[in-house]
Amino acid sequence: MYGLGILKGFGVTALNAFRSPFTVEYPDRRVGLPGLARSAGINPLAFVLKRPKDALKAVLGLAKIPARSQQHSRFRGQDFTWYVERCTGCASCAKLCPLGIIKIVTDPSGRQTQEGEVYDIETFDIDLARCMACGICVEVCPYDALHMGSGFERARYGFPNLLITVDELKKAPKRPSTWFRPQLEERGYHPHKSGQADWRLVGRHERPTAGQLKRNWVDDRAK
Amino acid sequence: MTSSFLDNAFFRNIYCNLASSDSARCAGGGPFGDGLFPPGWEWFAFLVTAFLTVFVVINGALLGVNAYIWGERRLIGRIQGRPGPNRWGPFGLLTPVADLIKILTKEDIVPAAADRLLFFLAPFLIVVPVLLVFAVVPFGSSSWVADLNIGLLYVLAVLSVESFAPVMAGWGSQNRYAMFGALRAVALLVSYEIPMVLSLLGVLMIAGSLSLVDVVHAQSVPFILVQPLGFLVFFIGTVAEIQRAPFDLAEAESELVGGYHTDYSGIRWGLFQAGEFLATIAGAAIIVTVFLGGWRGPDFLPSHAWFFIKLTGVLVVMTWIRGTLPRLRIDQVTSFAWKGLLPLAALNVVLSALLSLIWPAPTNGELWIMVAINMTVAAAALIVLGQFGPKAGERPTPAPVSTLREATPGGGN
Amino acid sequence: MRTEPVTVNIGPHHPSTHGVFRLRVTFDGEVIVDVEPVFGYLHRGTEKLAEERTYVQFVTLTDRMDYVASMTNNQGFVLAVEKLAGITPSPRGVWLRMIAAELQRIASHLVGMGFFLQDLGAFATPLMYAMRERERILDLFEMLCGARITNSYMRPGGVFMDAPEDFWPAVNRFLDEMPGYVDEYESLISGNEIVLSRTKGVARVELDALINASISGPMLRAAGLAWDLRKKHPYEFYDRVEFDVPLAQESDNWARYIVRIQEMRESVKIVRQCVQQIEPGPIRPKEVPFLVRPPAGEVYSSIEGPKGELGYYIVSDGSIAPYRCKVRAPSYINLTLLKDMLVGWRVADMIVTFGSIDINMGEVDR
Repeated sequence: MYGLGILKGFGVTALNAFRSPFTVEYPDRRVGLPGLARSAGINPLAFVLKRPKDALKAVLGLAKIPARSQQHSRFRGQDFTWYVERCTGCASCAKLCPLGIIKIVTDPSGRQTQEGEVYDIETFDIDLARCMACGICVEVCPYDALHMGSGFERARYGFPNLLITVDELKKAPKRPSTWFRPQLEERGYHPHKSGQADWRLVGRHERPTAGQLKRNWVDDRAK
Repeated sequence: MTSSFLDNAFFRNIYCNLASSDSARCAGGGPFGDGLFPPGWEWFAFLVTAFLTVFVVINGALLGVNAYIWGERRLIGRIQGRPGPNRWGPFGLLTPVADLIKILTKEDIVPAAADRLLFFLAPFLIVVPVLLVFAVVPFGSSSWVADLNIGLLYVLAVLSVESFAPVMAGWGSQNRYAMFGALRAVALLVSYEIPMVLSLLGVLMIAGSLSLVDVVHAQSVPFILVQPLGFLVFFIGTVAEIQRAPFDLAEAESELVGGYHTDYSGIRWGLFQAGEFLATIAGAAIIVTVFLGGWRGPDFLPSHAWFFIKLTGVLVVMTWIRGTLPRLRIDQVTSFAWKGLLPLAALNVVLSALLSLIWPAPTNGELWIMVAINMTVAAAALIVLGQFGPKAGERPTPAPVSTLREATPGGGN
Repeated sequence: MRTEPVTVNIGPHHPSTHGVFRLRVTFDGEVIVDVEPVFGYLHRGTEKLAEERTYVQFVTLTDRMDYVASMTNNQGFVLAVEKLAGITPSPRGVWLRMIAAELQRIASHLVGMGFFLQDLGAFATPLMYAMRERERILDLFEMLCGARITNSYMRPGGVFMDAPEDFWPAVNRFLDEMPGYVDEYESLISGNEIVLSRTKGVARVELDALINASISGPMLRAAGLAWDLRKKHPYEFYDRVEFDVPLAQESDNWARYIVRIQEMRESVKIVRQCVQQIEPGPIRPKEVPFLVRPPAGEVYSSIEGPKGELGYYIVSDGSIAPYRCKVRAPSYINLTLLKDMLVGWRVADMIVTFGSIDINMGEVDR
């Protein structure tokens, strides 16, 4: 009969109206009393007794809780995690950025190590206004000094504020994304759940210690 | 004239408090003894009472629009798997207020080439006739503004004034998109007038009166059961007249950007939207009154509550339809009206005429027999008519020969 | 009564033109008499930029051509580079590429059909359901490569990073639920009489017109010709998985829609077989350097993208960047028949037909 297909469509729509929405609300989401109690960690009855004003707000539909981050550890964020202790100033990231947004100016009178020079970084500008978060700079860094960050709230109100300078890179919290860093994933690191990562623990190959260097370059050669 | 108004409890309460010296109509005085106004001022008391009644009804309608905007957006959101607006106020209840502030603070742009009078008048022609419909709808067992003895005719006449507005808006905008929308709207509105009127004839014959209050009183069995074909035709006709999905082709957002209200901004556009929502509520109110038994219901709830429950039900169904069905094309819309709804409405008129000839003043039992007869005839008619459903589309004009096939194999034309 | 045709500009700024696309249409009443498409509003000079970018850097640019189907864009380019440079990809990389490409095909068809129904006027409800499923696929992509849409997941020789352990249960969960969602989608739309009456028989185009215009992809398969590059010129490991090529005969809007729905089911089958057949191993041969230097020469290599045959013609002069890279974008070629499909139909059919060809302006304009 004409119209049966339309009626079947109504059934699908009605079924979906009773499913819970799949929207992820950001930055905070409205919750009712059960949700608020669950976020506080106590059951709803105890919540009503302990915090009656908040419970009233929840019942009236005015309570909000901050959104939980649901990213995977590999999420390529909009900021960068940079370890000055690991960086040698080779500027591979600047050379291979497809957009050419990294500007590195180094001071060659840096530290002299047994393997060669480590330059001092005077300028390390990343222009976030044009960064497309492709991660090639991270991919080519030979010393695992530059990692993708895991934040996405790097929006600012003016173009000059979108330039990440070396001071900001030095002071930023170190939450590297595990993108192109399988060693971080093997250690079970998650940028939002595991705290900050120390510079000694993020590399694929570690810098040799003084004892190893002596063994490689002095003792073995002397043989 | 005043006597039929005083059947209305709300009206009588206020009037008799103000002018209870009119002892022919008000039995006993109110809490103010002999009334606030001295005798001889009954006409003033009448004016004040009438103003207050109309004030309450119109504001109630507009608040209903507010609530309906919120309800529809939340319901369509849930149908689509998202929460709907829930930021402003608890559960998003202040969202219509936010919408209103946004609309009021937008710049009012009038196109330079526009016909100013038509451009100015069109939004009002959407809103005002619909507000007039609320004058005859009985909200409760003794609550209405006016009990016209030509109630149904008045409703249909007033709603057909709305057909002017899209043309005025489209022509006044001097814009091709707007004219497209306006012409589609006119074709739609004119096509659906006749099935709507015919479907109400059946109700008229069984209820015996055009007055909406009498129609509600005559529904010991709700007319949706007694007149299924009439209900179907009237419901679809109403959805088409108020230009909601699946009939919103005049303002088809994905084709014509806005149709006849493309060039409207600010509060003028707000009036179009308010008019559309008001028309939805008015149409739902008429459907509830004429087919669903109005304010009738078991006694454990007051009659106003039953009216609002049924109104909410009809509005939920209309929103559900809007969220589910895609849009029809203009030629499909007109062929649906003339070839689909008109035969059904005509069949309904003939059947109701026969039945009301057999049982001129039907009692409850006779109404149930009419229900059975009407249901079988409706089912049979729908099945038979469904066989003539639309076939695959045919190209209206023949296509030209493909330009690609004309190219020579050696390349270059 | 004398009437006069009117020319309307369905401008680049329009809710339903799938990007910035301009149509100058001449109407006689509501019937379309002439159509003149104007595009180029999204041209970004991708092919010129290719001359200055290394092959790996260009992978990030290929993402952004057809931005709803980045994985298949990557796949086409990477296969062309491998053919030119003579690189044999590692098997695990190939399986991961196939999984990513087929998931991307499902996502692209969901976007295409969601917006097709949005243009029909279904007030975004089927679109929201399609987006809900696409969100699951994009979450899978986030697990694989950290980004949802512009992935740049593939590299010459394989992919750049292996799938994490929580990827495989997530993929299996998705594969179990997806056919149910496609069924639900179909029961909402495919039996709906309004959809049927608006799409059946509309904008029919004959098979030889399609072949003459070198149309490919679901548009061609909706006319009855079983031309699918995954079967005719199998690349990667498509000859090791079993799947059908859905066909329809009528070649109208309805046929194009139903072919895409069926292709989604077939892609689910392919991903399931890939997940079963994938073998452990390196995801990329170790000897492939970051800066690939293919020998001087040229290559044309094409894959079956969700929108049609996506081809890359790369000319190399032995350096780290291509000398010329030309992209055969299927959406651009599929647009050629727009005038023949539209003339004689009504306004409402114009937008719907345009939606059923399922083009993406990023690819048309590059």
